[in-house]
Amino acid sequence: MSAQIDLRDVGQVFQVRGNDDKRKRDFVALDGANLTVRAGEFVTLVGPSGCGKSTVLDLIAGLTKPTSGSVSVDGRPVTGPGPDRSIVFQQYTLLPWRTAQANIEFALEAVGGWSKAERAERALEYLDLVGLTEFANRYPHELSGGMKQRVAIARSLSYEPGVLLMDEPFGALDAQTRERLQEELIDIWRRTATTIVFITHDIEEAVFLGERVAVMSSRPGTIHTVVDVRLDRSGEAAEDIRGTREFAAYRHEIWSLLREQRSAPRSVRVEVASVA
Amino acid sequence: MPSLLEERTEPGLNPRQQASARATHVSSYVTRLGRVGRGLLGVVILALVWEFVPRLGLVNSYFLPPLHTVLAAWWDLAKSGELERNLRASVLRSGIGFAIAIATAIPTGVAIAWYRPVREVLTPPLEVFRNTAALALLPVFTLILGIGESSKIAIIIYACFFPILLSTITGVATVDPQLLRSAKVLGLSPSATFRKVVFPAAVPTIFTGIRISGAAAILVLIAAELVGATAGLGFLINYTEQNFLIPQMYAAILTTTLLGLAVSYGLVLLERRFSRWRPV
Repeated sequence: MSAQIDLRDVGQVFQVRGNDDKRKRDFVALDGANLTVRAGEFVTLVGPSGCGKSTVLDLIAGLTKPTSGSVSVDGRPVTGPGPDRSIVFQQYTLLPWRTAQANIEFALEAVGGWSKAERAERALEYLDLVGLTEFANRYPHELSGGMKQRVAIARSLSYEPGVLLMDEPFGALDAQTRERLQEELIDIWRRTATTIVFITHDIEEAVFLGERVAVMSSRPGTIHTVVDVRLDRSGEAAEDIRGTREFAAYRHEIWSLLREQRSAPRSVRVEVASVA
Repeated sequence: MPSLLEERTEPGLNPRQQASARATHVSSYVTRLGRVGRGLLGVVILALVWEFVPRLGLVNSYFLPPLHTVLAAWWDLAKSGELERNLRASVLRSGIGFAIAIATAIPTGVAIAWYRPVREVLTPPLEVFRNTAALALLPVFTLILGIGESSKIAIIIYACFFPILLSTITGVATVDPQLLRSAKVLGLSPSATFRKVVFPAAVPTIFTGIRISGAAAILVLIAAELVGATAGLGFLINYTEQNFLIPQMYAAILTTTLLGLAVSYGLVLLERRFSRWRPV
């Protein structure tokens, strides 16, 4: 139940109107972005704000079509949204008039293929996956931010997509809840073997979660470098992986990559990008 | 110290503490008994003023009879069946008009919010009509539809239509775009998105318009019945006034007040029934 994602020379251009000159012009959000995510892999995407991180996710989800280049999932070009991919957004997107369980059933209704009883059973099964069985009958406003995001994750996984796309899903949570959810997410990922692409602006989060961290640069947005993260996540080391020297080294490497972009003159940056 | 300052600055649990304790802070200034008691006190004071102002000769008791005279007249009207006949006529008219307005305004509002061309074509003419007072059109309706039921129902429809229409447009147009995006990601069809996401999200806003219309229905009804009706509360007010049955006139006015209260409380209860999922 996992799928490979390929982005080949992807460019995305939007029509904008300048705030100062009131003229219509093109805005290049992405230019020549290349990225391959292997089936079952967990890749995190970091970059400065406005570098087109969310655009990459929208393209994979099929919410927008690339202006140039190609986006494919398991070899098939993406033409629109489909049940093989799902997104968890930063903002809570649960239906406020439905309970936690009914929100998961909503996704199953939308995708189709289950009877009413099967939907209910499956919804409970996935609430169990995120540890919220006893909150099945709560409405979103009766849940904390972390719980809402857990329900959203359960909803996204309930129809077993091959790809789970996450757009800064923990950005609005407090630090402790965020750490706990990061650990839970890794656990869920191991159990479901779903391919995950996770956007964040938090370097630590990117290193902690990703098997690989794709560092983006902005204006125009492109994938600058992909860093392989090899951390020993077994045994004692996994207890406080954030405290290890290796973790710090990775964090520094990515921090430097982002920093360097900020200070590097534009022409040099384009060169680096084309080499990468 | 003003109550507002005392109540709003009262120390207590913050929202996070309340959430983790799964409890709600109890204010030491607001008590249920106090609230209900003071509310009753207000009504009693009003009744006493009505009773004693005419009795003490502060106003002419012929033009404002004391409350007990009005209540006695009300009781006589109720017993004779006269009140019921007129009340029924009024409720029927406003009920039909209100229902037709709901049944037409909601689909129109949805179409306007859902399709840009419909919105761009319909908005200017609707703005013209919306800013024409319903009662100003009463003569027009009477000319075209005659003096009977249809012109009265038509004017109620007219008065109820716009609040519901506007709230439907707002409700549908302001649905959280994130919900729409997540529906799109799930591959939900436009009609299913409407049924399962847009409409439920718009219901609370639509209800605001329905509540405003409920009040408007009664208001316009009474005015419409003042001219050329043979039954109805407006007719009763007009008839008793012209025959100098002053206590009966006040009894009829009091009945319209009670009808208005019943409609607005009924709609509030209905609204609560439909939006139990919302935080209070």
